Formats: sequence, structure tokens, C-alpha cells
Amino acid sequence: MIATLERAERVPQANSEMVVASLERVNKNYGTIRALVGVDFQVRAGEVVALLGPNGAGKTTAVKLLLGLLQPNSGKARVFGGDPTNPENRMRTGAMLQVGRVPETLRVREHIDLFSSYYDKPMAPAQVLATAGLEKLSDRKFGDLSGGQKQRVLFALAICGDPDLLFLDEPTVGLDVEARRMLWEEIRQLVSRGKTVLLTTHYLQEADALADRIAVINKGEIIAEGTPATIKAQTSGKKIRCITSLNISALRQIPGVVEVVEDREAVEIHTGLAEPVVRELLARDASLSSLEVTSAGLEEAFLALTQDSARNGNHSN
Amino acid sequence: MSTAAMTLSNAQVQRTPQHTAVIYAKEAKYEFLKNLRLRMYTASVLSFPIMFYVLFGLVLNSKEAIGSTRVPAYLIATYGTFGVMGASLFGTAAGLASDRGLGWLQVKRASPMPPFAYFSAKVITSMVFSAIIVMALFTLGITLGGVRMPVADFARLLGTLVAGSLPFSAMGLALGYFTGPNSAPATINLIYLPMSFCSGLWVPFMFLPKVVKQIALALPPYHLSQLALGIVGAGSHESKATHWEVLAAFTMICLGVARIGFQRDQEKMYG
Repeated sequence: MIATLERAERVPQANSEMVVASLERVNKNYGTIRALVGVDFQVRAGEVVALLGPNGAGKTTAVKLLLGLLQPNSGKARVFGGDPTNPENRMRTGAMLQVGRVPETLRVREHIDLFSSYYDKPMAPAQVLATAGLEKLSDRKFGDLSGGQKQRVLFALAICGDPDLLFLDEPTVGLDVEARRMLWEEIRQLVSRGKTVLLTTHYLQEADALADRIAVINKGEIIAEGTPATIKAQTSGKKIRCITSLNISALRQIPGVVEVVEDREAVEIHTGLAEPVVRELLARDASLSSLEVTSAGLEEAFLALTQDSARNGNHSN
Repeated sequence: MSTAAMTLSNAQVQRTPQHTAVIYAKEAKYEFLKNLRLRMYTASVLSFPIMFYVLFGLVLNSKEAIGSTRVPAYLIATYGTFGVMGASLFGTAAGLASDRGLGWLQVKRASPMPPFAYFSAKVITSMVFSAIIVMALFTLGITLGGVRMPVADFARLLGTLVAGSLPFSAMGLALGYFTGPNSAPATINLIYLPMSFCSGLWVPFMFLPKVVKQIALALPPYHLSQLALGIVGAGSHESKATHWEVLAAFTMICLGVARIGFQRDQEKMYG
């Protein structure tokens, strides 16, 4: 797949010695809701970390703690070794958050001009516009932009201070495929210049496409951490898709089959080793058609992990 | 609750004074432009006092007098107060409630923006709009209403009304911290309109029922309008110092409430 090829070519520049941001044994509650439970999490210099989880998992809370917008109930949030509310730290960070409304009557270049003025060594406006793909839109009022263009402006505001550490909270939510890929490309360009990025998302493909390391979070706890390959390896390896006359309970009886899922007229069979199952299928059903065998992707790993953690009632060691 | 410092950590960043001044200036400039281009805001805030003045002071009653003051001059003071109060309340409260409730303020707080620059920009913008309203009333009054005063008095009236925008900006900040983005305009109107009426900004004070006159003494717009009326020669004979003291005390209380809202916001969950 193209996405995988692009990622393999980029050598991660992570310096494992230097932790630029961390949550240490952090608990955060909103009243009775436990948003983060005993979270230990680190971001190291030069890497792209994705915090991956379903809605309500605690991703945005984690980011807001690291931005100093919230205080933990217990534990510590650290950025560049200091308190996130320290304004010197904010000089070196940029944030792209989910916003309900941005002032609509200001032009793109005016927004960028204002935010750039907060920093002591901002990027040149022309470069900000170029990096965010906004050159032709600089005079447009924010309210006249499309959804994808608005996201790119928020991205521009995050990068205009030329920060060392970038927080992107669900940067492509609500975007169509093309807009999403454009933003990914812009993020990759930044990362190739040595920035550190913490990205939160519930799009598995996005974490796979951009991140050196993924931390899977569910219901306030980090349930898995590793490279995309490691996370994918934590689940049954193969997916067999076919149209068959065999019914689901019969399919489940086949040795080696972990799970069977209906997908419109076809079935998806999850299994560790594909060949014995395929042999059995072909033997039992001569009319079997549309046979596909693929590797289980991140989506299966994610579902398996989050279902497991829900089943175990969130008792992590 | 964490005991980590929740200070207005404004002064700790090493910036040159020029750089800080540039930030404050740009924040104010863009806040003003933003509001100016918002047709809803500009239209309602500018046009209501002007429309009322034209109707009640120039089209009708222009030859009348209230006490010893001609109506066109009298109404500059009262509709000037009304306009200043509206510009300041809507400029600060509605914007703040919206920025807070919809996450924009969080984006700004996550940046190195000095928090105080945000508030000062809103206050300055309110003052500029107040000045625009007052100047518009002056122009109409002089050209169409035959209002004649020494220039120094016009200057004092402008200065008094613009300074009077501060208590209402403070009130707007306090309100903005405790209302949601959708309910803010309605809440503001629920307070603004009755307060204006009871302070004698529509029906001149001397024609209000006695009970209402008592209430007015507690209302900031009454005190501001009395200061303004004093300049056009129609004030009651209360001491000016009393009026300024009431306005100052009101400002302090509102700023205190706003500060509580500011601290409380650090813990609130958004969306």
C-alpha cells in the first residue's frame, strides 16, 4: 500500500534520551467521570506519536493537560521539563485543537499575523501560507472557507510560531479524503524538518500513515503502545473474505478460525494461519467465490484491543 | 484539586516592551476589525441609539425642553449613555461567551498570548465603538438639532461617556464568564434593557415613577447618565464624585466576578 511505502522510507529521527512532554501517573476527573486513570505517557524528541482511541477515550483531555489548559487531579504533566502553564514553554509549542467557531470576519492572513506576533521567532508569513497550502486564500475571510481550508488555517496557526513541539488534536476530523491526504503531506513535511508531533486521532489509517509510535487509549487508560507494526501484530494475522454457502456457525467450527463477521453478501473470517482454513473452505464448498486473503490491519488490532480492555473491566497492571 | 500555580503568568516571558506593545496593539486592532465587520454587531450597536435620537430628539420634540435643557441636547446625554452601555456589553460579553463556549479562547490560551492582551483588546474596542456612537450623536445634534455648547464641553462629554464604557465592559466580562454562547445575547438584553429604562435613558428621569427613581440610584447607567447630563446642563445636583465612586465600585465588583470566572475556567470541561 502506498501509505506503508512512504512511511518505510522515512528514517525516524527519534532521540530516545530526550523526553519533551510527559504525563506521569496522571489522574483527571470531571466530577464523577474518570477521564484519565493512572496514565503514564511520554513524547520523545523528533518522533511522531499518535494517541489513538475512540471518542471519549481521553485523548483531548491528555492534550489539554499537556497544554496547561487543565490541571491533573494527581500526577504531573511536564513539557520541556517544566510546568505546561509556563509561558516560556508555550513559546515552543503549537496547538491545533477542535474549535466550534473561529472569528469568521477576519482574513486568513490577519489570523496568522496575530498569532505570529505572540512568538519571538515566528515563521515568515509566506512560509506559513506555503506550508499550510493557503497561498491563494490569504485574503479570504475565515467564514468564506470550506471545511478543509478552515482546518488548514488552524494548522497554520499551530505552526506559525515555528514550534519545536506540535499538538494536533484530531486534525482531519470531518475532512474528505483529498483534504485529509493534503494535510498529512503537510504534516510529513514539518516532521522531516525535525519537529516533534503528538497527534490524537480515532482514524486508524491516520495513525498508521503518520506515526512512529502509537499509544492506544480507551476509557482513560493506555492499553497498548508500540510501533504500528507491533500493534498490528498483537491481533490474529489474516483475514479471509469470500462468498460462501456455508453458514456462520459452520464456519466458526473450522479449526483455526478466531472470528467470523458478515459483510453484506460475503463473510470475513479472522484467523491466525490462512492456508489450512482456505483448504477446508474449498473442500467443503465447491461454489465458493470472490476469495480474498489479506493481512489483518490496524483496525482489527484496535477493535481487538479495545474489546479486550472492555471485557477485562479495565484492570491494567 | 492541584495546587499548581494558577497565576496570571503574564510577566514571566522575556519579551521586549516593544514586542509586548505590538501584541497588545495587534490584538486590539483585530478585535476592532472583527467586530466592525460583523454586521449584526455594528448595525445594532450603532443604529439603535442613533435611530432613537433622530426619532425622539430631532423628528419629534426638537423644539421642546426638559427642565431648562433643550431636548436634542438632553437626549445626547441619555442616548449616548444607552449606546455606550450597549456597545460595551455586547462587545465584551457576547464575544467572550462565544470564545469560551466554542473553544476559541482555549486555542488562544494554549498560545503564548499574554492573557491580559485579550481582555484589553475587548475593552479598547468597546471604547472605540463608544466614541463612534457619541461622535455620531454630536454630529446629528449639532447639524440637525441646533445643539450649541463650548468645544470644551463637547470634549468633556465625549471623555465622560467613553470613560463610562469601562464599567460596562467590566460588567460584560463578568457576564461573559457565566453565560453560554447561545444564551448570552438574550441574557444581556434581559439586563440591559430594563436597566436602561429604569435609569431614565428612554423616558427622562424626572418623568419616571417614584419607585423606579429609587431603584435607579443603584444602577450604574443612571450614574453615568447623570454625569453626562450635568455637562449639558441638566443634571440633578448630586455631587459628581458620588457618581464616579459608584461607577468605580461597580467596575471593581465586576472585575472580581470576572476573575473568579477566569480561575474557574481552568478546570472546566469543554465539549
